[in-house]
Amino acid sequence: MFRAALVGNPNAGKSALFNKLTGARQKIANYPGVTVERKAGRMTLPNGEPVELIDLPGAYSFDAASPDEEVTRAVVHGEFAGEATPDVIILVLDAANLEQHLTFAQEVIALGRPTVVALNMIDLAARDGLTLDPDALSEALGVPVVPTVAVRSRGLDELGEAVTAVRSGRAPEEGRTTPHLFHLSLPERRLAAKHMARGAILSRSKRAVVESSLDKVLLNPWAGPIILFAFLFIVFQAVFAWATPFADALEAGVGAVSAAVTGNVPEGFFRDFLTEGLFAGVGAVVVFLPQIVILFAFILAMEMSGYMARAAFIMDRMMASVGLSGRSFIPLLSSFACAIPGIMATRSIADTKDRLTTILIAPLMTCSARLPVYAVVIAAVIPNTTVGGGVGLQGLVLFALYIAGILGAMAAALVLRRTVTKGAASGFIMEMPRYQMPLLKDMAIGLWQRAWVFLRRAGTIIFAATIALWLLLTFPKADPGESQVDASIAGQIGNGMAVLVEPIGFNRDIALSLIPAMAAREVAVSSLGTIYAVEAEDEDVVADAVTDRIAATWTLPTALAFLAWFVFAPQCLSTIAVAKRETNGWKWPVFMLVYLFGAAYVFAGLTYWLAVWLGL
Amino acid sequence: MDDRPTLDRLAPHRAARIAHVAWDDIPSDDAKRLRALGIDEGAEVAVVHRGMFGGRDPLAVRLGRMTIALRRSHAAAIAIAEFEAESAAS
Ligand SMILES: Nc1nc2c(ncn2[C@@H]2O[C@H](COP(=O)(O)OP(=O)(O)O)[C@@H](O)[C@H]2O)c(=O)[nH]1
Ligand SMILES: [Mg+2]
Repeated sequence: MFRAALVGNPNAGKSALFNKLTGARQKIANYPGVTVERKAGRMTLPNGEPVELIDLPGAYSFDAASPDEEVTRAVVHGEFAGEATPDVIILVLDAANLEQHLTFAQEVIALGRPTVVALNMIDLAARDGLTLDPDALSEALGVPVVPTVAVRSRGLDELGEAVTAVRSGRAPEEGRTTPHLFHLSLPERRLAAKHMARGAILSRSKRAVVESSLDKVLLNPWAGPIILFAFLFIVFQAVFAWATPFADALEAGVGAVSAAVTGNVPEGFFRDFLTEGLFAGVGAVVVFLPQIVILFAFILAMEMSGYMARAAFIMDRMMASVGLSGRSFIPLLSSFACAIPGIMATRSIADTKDRLTTILIAPLMTCSARLPVYAVVIAAVIPNTTVGGGVGLQGLVLFALYIAGILGAMAAALVLRRTVTKGAASGFIMEMPRYQMPLLKDMAIGLWQRAWVFLRRAGTIIFAATIALWLLLTFPKADPGESQVDASIAGQIGNGMAVLVEPIGFNRDIALSLIPAMAAREVAVSSLGTIYAVEAEDEDVVADAVTDRIAATWTLPTALAFLAWFVFAPQCLSTIAVAKRETNGWKWPVFMLVYLFGAAYVFAGLTYWLAVWLGL
Repeated sequence: MDDRPTLDRLAPHRAARIAHVAWDDIPSDDAKRLRALGIDEGAEVAVVHRGMFGGRDPLAVRLGRMTIALRRSHAAAIAIAEFEAESAAS
């Protein structure tokens, strides 16, 4: 099986092509710097021959300016550890921005390897009024050029045929790799690119108007920040308002199944396991699926439309003021979904101190795992009312928690940049992608993937941690008249822990739930569900949802302190593991744990005592 | 700083040509990135958007069919010559 690699500038559509050609589901988004690793997949050529296809991070040149670009350089030059040089290069170019993309293209073709050009995004070029001549471009570059529209699967068979042709040396251009492309300096290449781009454009009818008219509003110095803020505000309102009917239905569903089980399974260990561990515990997390899906619908829309890069532009000044580099943006924005891809995305940051700072503050961005934790407590203690003009109070509190995370990250960066990661911040240099209407199908696939990831987590890590807690709560059995929780191993640990967290207003149940929640934040919710179910063993378990128990047994200051705790607390094993891998050792993940738990403790305490003092 | 016009002081939507870039004033990785994007001597640019706060940082610069965001500190290292025709017209 021979190997082909996708090479090109960032945001040319390499990963989109990769997905279509191999059936993979690599992340694609409309901003540069999404792919930071090499990824392999298998595609089948039109003649039935299998090929190993490699997706690579985008690069502007082989003179790598960041670690992800270096991966591309190494793979293409056959210097990547344990990997032979690719047999065929598929060079992906953005048809609507040829002048820029052809500069690196010459560098790639000058390698003299069998190369096929995918002239991608011809639909966008057409939107900009450009009609292109692939043959003229092929003539100029000396390699076959195939027009493609990756996202609509157009031109894929032709691309496959061209790969077969250059592979077997049957390409008409074979052996004609233009020698003039060798040994050119960058300015010379750029000039050549300009000429080639001009030569390839048959006609142009209008200028790119979509970008300038949208940017005029969205990047307006006054309107831009207001629109961004308003948009985020709406997102969090929607998370509560739109999800309610679905969440209620789901909750009722879990309740009904649980009740059916209670009625049909004989009383005993197994039934308790199902009702207390599975339904009351894991079920309490699963009911947040609608909220997660709504949140991701907005995140995906931002990523696909190109607005994410504009948000970065608007926020850059704030980042600069705390010594953060502009390159930290994409990693930090990705961290709103999950800190793990966020931390991986820091590979696009060249400066080690910059990169380290970004890794250390990424867990402060409010990831989707916090949503169930926030939502359950908010639903329990914040009244579902509106304040002034139909703004939901619950959504407002959620919005405030996200802002608190951002401010926390800014403050942390400010301190870190003056102490442990001192150094000059690199600048903010980013190509603004063109706007695109998100495709419904891509959105649906993206949402389905996120929903699946969430459910899989519920079925694995959340399930395991919750069941472990349930076992510890079940044994040893309490004597009659004694509370089961107090008698259990977990309860004794919890009572011991409670001493530590009482000063910040936490009760025993919270202390107990925080331990298994080290595995993942959502486990705090499932654990509380299980604890309350065990406590209520003699009563009707199902009727007592976590929310009701929290509302009944927590004071408002305690609930607020709990929310403040989760703004900071790094309760996620995977984040710690990935931080260790990306920083090559335990030093920084340990530092991260210490500073974030310290901050969580201090701010939860401050919140508690302030709330008590205010008489809440 | 001398008072040669630099990109950070270019009025919005006025076309200019990059006359000289003080590459030594820009960290080397950033310099590489700017160069790779085509910010180099001879390139024709225009500032199309600016941020609001802190001296209207950052800048969005139009270059060919691309819009590139960069910070003022980098733009200050880029000396420009405005087009005669454009300056006369305004
Ligand atoms: N209109 C259009 N959009 C495309 C095409 N190919 C990719 N895209 C979009 O361009 C953006 C960048 O694609 P991606 O595959 O992530 O680029 P990469 O950085 O080269 O891997 C995504 O938003 C894609 O949906 C295309 O042929 N036409
Ligand atoms: Mg990619």
